[in-house]
Amino acid sequence: MSLTLPSYPQPDGRGRYGRFGGRYVPETLIPALDELEAAYQAAKADPAFLNELGRLFKEFVGRPSPLYLAQRLTDHAGGAKIYLKREDFNYTGAHKINNCLAQALLAVRMGKRRVIAETGAGQHGVASATAAALLGLDCVVYMGAEDIRRQALNVFRMRLLGAEVREVTSGTSTLKDATNEAIRDWVTNVRDTFYILGSVVGPHPYPAMVRDFQAVIGEEVKVQLQVVEGRSAPDAIVACVGGGSNAIGIFAPYAYLPEGERPRLIGTEAAGEGVESGRHAASMAGGRVGVLHGSMMYLLNDDEGQIVPPHSISAGLDYPGIGPEHCHYSETGVAEYVPVTDAQALEALQLLTRLEGIIPALESAHAVYHAVRLAQELGPEGVIVVNLSGRGDKDVAEVMRLLEMERDQDLLDKDVERVIEEVVA
Amino acid sequence: MTATLTRGAERIHAAFDRAKEEGRAAFMPFMTAGYPSAEEFPAVVDTLLAHADLLEVGIPYSDPLGDGPTVQRASEQALAGGTSTRRTLALVKDLRERHDTPIVVMTYVNPIYAVGPREFMRLCKDAGVDGLILPDLPPDQDLEIADLAAEHGLAVTFLIAPTSTPGRVRLVADACTGFLYAVSVTGVTGAREGSALGEVPAMLALAREHARVPVAVGFGVKDAATAHQVARVADGVVVGSAFINAVREGQDVGTLAASIAEGCRR
Repeated sequence: MSLTLPSYPQPDGRGRYGRFGGRYVPETLIPALDELEAAYQAAKADPAFLNELGRLFKEFVGRPSPLYLAQRLTDHAGGAKIYLKREDFNYTGAHKINNCLAQALLAVRMGKRRVIAETGAGQHGVASATAAALLGLDCVVYMGAEDIRRQALNVFRMRLLGAEVREVTSGTSTLKDATNEAIRDWVTNVRDTFYILGSVVGPHPYPAMVRDFQAVIGEEVKVQLQVVEGRSAPDAIVACVGGGSNAIGIFAPYAYLPEGERPRLIGTEAAGEGVESGRHAASMAGGRVGVLHGSMMYLLNDDEGQIVPPHSISAGLDYPGIGPEHCHYSETGVAEYVPVTDAQALEALQLLTRLEGIIPALESAHAVYHAVRLAQELGPEGVIVVNLSGRGDKDVAEVMRLLEMERDQDLLDKDVERVIEEVVA
Repeated sequence: MTATLTRGAERIHAAFDRAKEEGRAAFMPFMTAGYPSAEEFPAVVDTLLAHADLLEVGIPYSDPLGDGPTVQRASEQALAGGTSTRRTLALVKDLRERHDTPIVVMTYVNPIYAVGPREFMRLCKDAGVDGLILPDLPPDQDLEIADLAAEHGLAVTFLIAPTSTPGRVRLVADACTGFLYAVSVTGVTGAREGSALGEVPAMLALAREHARVPVAVGFGVKDAATAHQVARVADGVVVGSAFINAVREGQDVGTLAASIAEGCRR
């Protein structure tokens, strides 16, 4: 497939989306970010790079992913047609692989043989380890001790793929701390290491670069929807947002259309136990403007500037900030962001599974929940596209625990740990 | 941009000048505020100040990107003990009542935004802070912070690294009003095995071309020997993690400070 990487009017020359974004990093990294930006711009214009990425998207990832009319879900909701963009079809099970392959190719192009990545649930770590294995790169993945405990299978997958998984015990031992540790590694080994950042966060050019690599999602929807609906833009697009990469991937190709032609773009934030409870990951609804991991964005932090640990049922949305471009979309009214709770996501996961035979990732279930509500609001003439960013395999054990089925979760963990010990030892 | 010299900058420059006249690089110990506890912190700092030309106090932060494990753990402990942004400035205010040594506050940028830049500077001025060190704020990212600092009589210090290009060094050096902070290695703070100061001379040479303020070196300076290595080329020597380690392991901080201060003699 011939691939072109898009060019959008944002960010400005300083890596800003309005007041958001930027490069709040130790000075050590500034030359590396300059180098990355230059290499990315050159790659973007190089047919060889684009052809190779296009080939991998097609042959390795399995793109284009289907656009699927969820008829029974549509009937259940009783309103607009609900289409699912099936990123859960991608190799490794989520949208993350798009960005990992592209960045790993860029690393090869830049002559960097060592790549590092951060991961929460393990999706981005597995995708990075996969890309590294494919391209013969050394890979180190930073993962919080807490997440390692919860995601033993993904840890094993990464090791099987040849990656080194480094346990992070600082701070809250979760994704934000793994990101800190990856950045510290990069600061230390900046001359020979490429940092594969997993979302539309971090210092410029990462939010723009990751967006461009994920924009294939929205670009495909345009073509696919034209075929089935006779128009390239739906009435609304719904996607979950943690850092926000799957959402940007489907929003960006529509976000810069004139207001009359632009569909409603709706990001669903993880409201955990409710925005009022304080136990959530809804940076937009419950945060304030601040700086984390090199970027100005909406952020969960207290009035002294300390980062407040996020909470969500889905590890992939468990990030205290949200990408700067989303912040700018929100501030300029290009997109809306709504909170969806743990309980609502769990309900939507079961609903989609029962009605369509599709087990979505808990992350994506946040978007499904809102789409069902929105379908009623839009009525039968409307068309909604939901970005089904990942499949639910990784969450089945957690869902089982949450739904209090018989199987003892501790036993399951112990089994997995025993297997890992036997194989890795 | 040439800022008029603020009171904080004058006091910082004077401390460097005094050390130079005495044939020394200025010795600048660092300590995380509220470490090992808010109650014990003043005594630790009193000990350091007996040997210091300037003092650097770190605001504990939950996500200190530029710091290694030693400062991270100290920050976590200080935060757990209730020392955050405003409390740090209250602790500095208490120090000010007993000491005249210039005090610079090291802070990541998010606490400044959370408190509000103007309010933050007001609190600093009120506490008797002379300057700020901003490890995750390249000067071209926010011009307001430097201006507000100047308005409140505070100096600002930004960092350069061994990877910094001549263009970046010029930009950063121009923005510094207190001193220029040269990071000895590509990496984060922390005492290191052996000596990793090989990149310092070339970086210093570049810094001297552009800096109109004193140049201090930090990261990985941990004892008299490494301090002496740095003192030969730099105007100032910053030592942090070694003191935190000493406090944690119950060693005599005064003895270590005295020996490093001695190492700063040229």
